[in-house]
Amino acid sequence: MHSCVTLAPVSEAVVTAKSLVKRFGDFTAVDRIDFDIAPGEAFGFLGPNGAGKTSTMRMVGCVSPVTEGELRIFGGDPDRDGREIRRRMGVVPQLDRLDNELTVLENLVIYGRYFDIDRTEGRRRARELLEFVQLTDRADSRVDPLSGGQKRRISIARSLINEPDMLLLDEPTTGLDPQARHVLWDKLYQLKEGGATLVVTTHFMDEAEQLCDRLVVMDGGRIVAEGSPAALIAEHATREVLEVRFGQRRNEAHAELVDRLGERVEILPDRILVYAHDGEAALVELHRRGAVPESALVRRASLEDVFLHLTGRTLVD
Amino acid sequence: MGTPAAIRVWSRELTFTRRIWKSLTMAAFFQPLLYLLGVGVGVGALVDAGPDAGEILGGTSYFAFYATALFATTAMFTSAQESLWPTLDGFQWTEGYFAMVTTPLTPDDVLAGITINHAFRTAISASGLAAVLLFFDDTRSIGLIPAVAGAVVTGLAFALPITGWTARCTTDRSFPTILRFGIIPMFLFGGAFYPVEQLPGWLQPLAWITPLWHGVELCRGAVLGGLEAADLAVHLAVLALFVGGGWVWARRGFHRRLAQ
Repeated sequence: MHSCVTLAPVSEAVVTAKSLVKRFGDFTAVDRIDFDIAPGEAFGFLGPNGAGKTSTMRMVGCVSPVTEGELRIFGGDPDRDGREIRRRMGVVPQLDRLDNELTVLENLVIYGRYFDIDRTEGRRRARELLEFVQLTDRADSRVDPLSGGQKRRISIARSLINEPDMLLLDEPTTGLDPQARHVLWDKLYQLKEGGATLVVTTHFMDEAEQLCDRLVVMDGGRIVAEGSPAALIAEHATREVLEVRFGQRRNEAHAELVDRLGERVEILPDRILVYAHDGEAALVELHRRGAVPESALVRRASLEDVFLHLTGRTLVD
Repeated sequence: MGTPAAIRVWSRELTFTRRIWKSLTMAAFFQPLLYLLGVGVGVGALVDAGPDAGEILGGTSYFAFYATALFATTAMFTSAQESLWPTLDGFQWTEGYFAMVTTPLTPDDVLAGITINHAFRTAISASGLAAVLLFFDDTRSIGLIPAVAGAVVTGLAFALPITGWTARCTTDRSFPTILRFGIIPMFLFGGAFYPVEQLPGWLQPLAWITPLWHGVELCRGAVLGGLEAADLAVHLAVLALFVGGGWVWARRGFHRRLAQ
């Protein structure tokens, strides 16, 4: 049907967005954002719930029409070439959307049929992919009783059935236990090493730091910062952070004690964050000033700190 | 090249059907058999003994009168059921339709695929009924073949509007109401058990606007004959209106839900 459409080779930017807007009635979910995603890159959208990440992802996935602005994917226009673009993409949704009544293998083969991959070829690819996600022994069991981590791995295997040029992952490890998260990250890392373009939304800092070459921080439908995790931390935070707690609601009262302790101080209801290049030194100085915090810890700065600095709010609400 | 998109959607539905094909086939065969024995034969013995029975029923036995209506009522029940819970599942619980539209498939393809599935499921149950009716002298007719087609059209006249409703639902709270106050009354008053002329005059127009009555008349006429060309045209036109209107409404619902 769309065979006349020729899409750009994967050497140029895979996704280009200019002044992209998404509105639902009066509500503006995505408010004039710009970004580019290069081939082979792991690109992240980081932000709290409601920041506009998923709306952006759905536009990139060519399921949600663009309200305003320009979006090009593989050089094509989502409005016109949606089918062809989606043919080259893999999508791992937030909820797995698996057919629980069917077997793992059936799930993959049927999904392959959506791409017009015949059953024989579908089964061949499915077996390969199940090996990749280490679920070969589950091929013939129903999906329903499997664990959350296993289901997510099936979702990933399923999203690869059409050998996509780009993989969209919406909150890939939300709801998984730590061990399952690491297994999943490992698989995504392997895909990345194999040259896949990954687009990830997340509200987990560690996930963004683990997976993303580059990311944009979103808040209230806008992009508030962009760069590699390391560059963002260097720009918006210090090397180390001293976290001290004086107990609920008593942090405010210690504002004077922590004044100028580091380059910057954030006083939150439950703790005080002191941004300093040498966290230990800051702690020594705090003790010298006579403060007796309930607890104190020195850690490396993370994207969480970047987000806090940029928006004045913590990420997990 | 390749398989049409709607057929690819249907192949998922078929995979579900295949898992339950034994019970489906059994139900298609035994359910009408139960109705036929219980109502057709049982009530029929009573009705046929009445003095005006032949005149009121247009010269057929009650068994034949009732049995041929089952094409339409079964189509209605099958389609209503299939368009409620299994369809909501695609939108709300497993979100299978959302998974589909992230692939080359579009909301139109999804709707077309499940419509094909509705037609297929109705064809199975109507064929089961036709097979049973072959065993009875009163209903053994070449007309059983167009009756199956009539059942499919009747089924779609229910499936599409109800699918349109389901596309706008986030829970199944309204579903029992639809069955209780929409489907069951039609079953009782749509001319399956007795000619609608037996109803009080003011109730009759209500029967005429239900898709079920037109389906019943269509299927009954196909098997027993006696359907005027003009009536046939009206029945088909009304059913087509429900099918076409239902399609337009469902399609808008699918786009709003899946591609907002």
